[in-house]
Amino acid sequence: MVEPVKLPSVTKLPTGIDGFDHIGLGGIPAGRTTLVAGTAGSAKTIFAAQFLAEGIRQYDQAGVFVTFEESGEDIRANVGSLGWDVAAWEAAGKWAFVDAAPQPGDEVVVSGAFDLGALVVRVEAAVRRVGATRVAIDSLGAVFSRFENEVIVRAELFRLASALKGMGVTSVMTAERTHEYGEISRHGVEEFVTDNVLILRNVLEGEKRRRTMEVLKFRGTVHQKGEYPFTIMPDQGIVVIPLSAIELDQRSSYTRITSGNAELDAMCGGGFFRDSVILVSGATGCGKTLTSTEFIAGGVAQGERSLLMAFEESRDQLSRNASGWGRDFDRYEREGLLRVVAVYPEAAGLEDHLIRIKREIDSFKPNRVAVDSLSALERVSSIKGFREFVISLTSFIKHKEIAGLFTATTSSLMGGESVTETHISTITDAIILLRYVEMFGEMKRGLTVLKMRGSAHDKDIRAFTIDGRGMHIGAPFRNVTGILAGHPRHVPPAEIERLGQLFSNEGALGD
Amino acid sequence: MGAIMGKYLLRLYITGRTPQGNRAIANLQRICQTELAGRYEMEVIDVIEDPQAAEDARIIATPTLIKALPPPLRRIIGDLSNKEKVLIGLDLSGPEDPNGDQHG
Repeated sequence: MVEPVKLPSVTKLPTGIDGFDHIGLGGIPAGRTTLVAGTAGSAKTIFAAQFLAEGIRQYDQAGVFVTFEESGEDIRANVGSLGWDVAAWEAAGKWAFVDAAPQPGDEVVVSGAFDLGALVVRVEAAVRRVGATRVAIDSLGAVFSRFENEVIVRAELFRLASALKGMGVTSVMTAERTHEYGEISRHGVEEFVTDNVLILRNVLEGEKRRRTMEVLKFRGTVHQKGEYPFTIMPDQGIVVIPLSAIELDQRSSYTRITSGNAELDAMCGGGFFRDSVILVSGATGCGKTLTSTEFIAGGVAQGERSLLMAFEESRDQLSRNASGWGRDFDRYEREGLLRVVAVYPEAAGLEDHLIRIKREIDSFKPNRVAVDSLSALERVSSIKGFREFVISLTSFIKHKEIAGLFTATTSSLMGGESVTETHISTITDAIILLRYVEMFGEMKRGLTVLKMRGSAHDKDIRAFTIDGRGMHIGAPFRNVTGILAGHPRHVPPAEIERLGQLFSNEGALGD
Repeated sequence: MGAIMGKYLLRLYITGRTPQGNRAIANLQRICQTELAGRYEMEVIDVIEDPQAAEDARIIATPTLIKALPPPLRRIIGDLSNKEKVLIGLDLSGPEDPNGDQHG
């Protein structure tokens, strides 16, 4: 038997950049150089600076920032808006600049062969001086535009990368791209500098800017594949949303919780599951906000805390609605059992909303989360982005073992599907449809539990009414067909009987 | 500037005694002796021995020749094998008077 060859394994250095280490499966390759390539405005410099900042903040690892483009002063000022006090870190010996930016006003004449030996010496000296673990180099494109001789620059950058490896530091180098999808970088830097490539994108998609990052390769080690959305938070920097990296490892709870409505609980086979996500879909005004209000009130009755993320109505409007159904939001809030966060959907991008919701959940620690309505958020995103948002939010809620209730608005009054529903129905655990039903010149409301994962449930479509005490679910619609399709049709009892026999007794077919 | 006119202060930064660095020193000495005889000061700085000097002067390429005086400050990169370029960098390339220092 042949002994398997033992290859030296590549270890990872956690960057500390929120969410990134999930897609890098632990970070970036330690002791190596990772190329961070992106078009103008793709947040390369922020990534490079944050790599050092998080090293200092979270791991007490010092860093060296080599800048070819902006002066150290500019970088201090630019990242100051993200809440990083670079000057203080410099004073503490945690951060050192190697300022290799062009000096204003000085002209450079080239006469004969040269190398970048002084740069390598300066980087080495800075790494020694602060005892650096991390090095960020921003950006390689600026070096190429500075020195005409591309052959020399390539050779020298290769030397720099080797020197960094020799020092045992983990480094990132940024490089420019001309197109979001195309060659990895200008000047083909990746071919000689590094085995590890990360791409940052800033794509215009349906009039919205969407930032994503993708680990193209980590030689000799694993990483998540594909593009992951990220955003830049004012006081935090880059936050990556590791969508597909989310593992389906949530524990499933069999604990039932009340929906806040006894009849609905009965239809669901005894209530919702503790860590499930429920979608309530219906036309405008047919009871979605009521459903979420009862969901919250049901929690309050059990002493549970609820977070309501409102994207359609203000806190005052919601409070007034609730009091119209006999539910007192003001009291719930005073008792600390409810937090209402009303946000205008257009106020931010979807990634920012997601992070906002996560933060609210982390700080308020609710048992229940209601989002009214999810469809409002659809307006500010592409379909793909929206779907990713819902997956990410759902997964987050489940991990926290919180019950989530999302509402979605259908476009037509009678029947029909909402766009929201189409894209997220497979993600949710339960779907409740609210419908208007026109019968004999009268508008009635109907409710059905379309899906209830992991449980038996009532399959009837039941009529319900709304009054000053809330929702009252009554008897199933009998002798009516086509409600969900939006074309209710009255069927005579005799016909129903005949249809019933059709399936129960095949012999009857011969009649 | 009358009294000090024509006094050249030159600093040459090299990274170790490499053939390239030595070539730059020899080339510079030759040019200075023919073009600036008696009115220059030349200093050779090895950045390996003094990285801080490279940091202070923001040197990244070596060899780099800095003309500190007379103003304006100029940087010339390379082993100085192209004499014409060096003369341009030192503001010594007046077409009508190649030895002139009227710009200084």
